[in-house]
Amino acid sequence: MESAVQFLDMGGYALFVWPAFIMVAIVMTALLIWSWRDLRRERQTLELLAERRGSGETAGTGNDA
Amino acid sequence: MVNWHRLANPKLFLTWSRRVLPWAAVITALLLAVGLYLSLFVAPPDYQQGDTVRIMFVHVPSAWMALFTYTVMAGASAAGLIWKSPLSHLTAKAAAPIGASFTLLALATGALWGQPMWGTWWVWDARLTSVLILFFLYLGYMAIWQAIDDYTRAAKSAAILALVGFVNVPIIKFSVDWWNTLHQPASVLRLDGPSIHPTLLTPLFVMIAAFTGYFIVLLLIRLEREILARQAQTLRRAQARG
Repeated sequence: MESAVQFLDMGGYALFVWPAFIMVAIVMTALLIWSWRDLRRERQTLELLAERRGSGETAGTGNDA
Repeated sequence: MVNWHRLANPKLFLTWSRRVLPWAAVITALLLAVGLYLSLFVAPPDYQQGDTVRIMFVHVPSAWMALFTYTVMAGASAAGLIWKSPLSHLTAKAAAPIGASFTLLALATGALWGQPMWGTWWVWDARLTSVLILFFLYLGYMAIWQAIDDYTRAAKSAAILALVGFVNVPIIKFSVDWWNTLHQPASVLRLDGPSIHPTLLTPLFVMIAAFTGYFIVLLLIRLEREILARQAQTLRRAQARG
């Protein structure tokens, strides 16, 4: 227990060390989720367009993951 | 009519990219786990800086990504201007938000390190100022893509900005040697070898590798999205023409 508190305290610099790590974690996670969601949306759009076109020509450009 | 000739190359890329992506993601996750463990649990506190030295394990990789991404962006832009290969400009476009994010992270984590060690969040020294300029270059690059509707014109203008702005990259790297900065001089990439103790250097290298892996994963995702968006646009135009 005491060692956990000591660890979290970061030698008295907790208020600087943890925000740095948390900030990086948040930005990296958000960027990944945002990019992945954009990609999935684009795949759906392309599928829809290809369907509307009603030909097999464009199959395979956006429907396999 | 859809321009199949132009799509051929990106199509090949997509097949390859979808095969590589899961592997890159797994390797990146492993590197991140090991890197975080080493950074937070194994690395000893610095004899002068105490535990604030751990900020280095996210600050230096973020700064590395800021410069690395810009170099990729400028390289891709040059390739796009010279060879007009369809993937080049899209690569640069996909990379820009990644670079902007890491530049911001480098500045923010640097401030969190600067306050306890220098006694200030920010100082207008050559290193910090040139990195801030890098951030604005990324913003400007993204703004061009936003502002110009015509793909060819947007790609060309953005690429020129990326190339002109590249002059800032060596300025950032050598700013700590050329000017009197509060920021410390290079301690990893130096001619006489790193001046950091191996107990701190190993976690740093693992984190840099992890961040680079993350860049590859994210770039593949974002580049596929850009390619599909272009294909959708081409299809839409073809449909509009009947």
